[in-house]
Amino acid sequence: MASEEESAVKEPLDLIRLSLDERIYVKLRSERELRGKLHAYDQHLNMILGDVEEVVTTVEIDDETYEEIVRTTKRTVPFLFVRGDGVILVSPPLRTA
Amino acid sequence: MKIKLTSASYSVRSIKFSFCSNLLAKPRKPSLFLGRGIEIILFFSYFKDLVGREVTVELKNDLAIRGTLHSVDQYLNIKLENTRVVDQDKYPHMLSVRNCFIRGSVVRYVQLPPDGVDIELLHDATRREARGG
Repeated sequence: MASEEESAVKEPLDLIRLSLDERIYVKLRSERELRGKLHAYDQHLNMILGDVEEVVTTVEIDDETYEEIVRTTKRTVPFLFVRGDGVILVSPPLRTA
Repeated sequence: MKIKLTSASYSVRSIKFSFCSNLLAKPRKPSLFLGRGIEIILFFSYFKDLVGREVTVELKNDLAIRGTLHSVDQYLNIKLENTRVVDQDKYPHMLSVRNCFIRGSVVRYVQLPPDGVDIELLHDATRREARGG
């Protein structure tokens, strides 16, 4: 699985290169998160992800009680191109439980 | 008098300059590209390979359009044919639209066919581009 590249990790984009063909977590604008397998990316952070799960988080404020209801909507897409201008951060998947 | 002379020579010089620059006006890449090395067009090539396949383009305004990929350009502007809006009841204003041009900057996602393209090819191309950048 580890690619035998001797090229040094110089730029932040090189760090993403280390995650090619690995599962990653991507935070997007508009309170969206993606978890999927990174197949391709470029310097704009346009990406192609496989087996993607998208989580959209919305906060609704009840009119009467003023309590915040946090809702998450999930959906899975087998193969997805993500445009780079929506990407905030890219990371290895967070360890939950 | 000195001032007059100077201004005259300045204007002559400026005419000369513009004449020269017209002669030399070959289409030249702006220095931005030269700084980065090879122009990187990984996804443009990928989408060109995908022409003729059915894709779903999700825009930043949550509109999702399903159609056949007709063409793409360097800005990843997309032309779709035989389009249908995914949630027709929610977005009735596109009912009669069958072909559309989508500006690349308004795209959020493009849902690709699962047998989209050779994954290994993508990995190799990405590694090559990343090394170049």
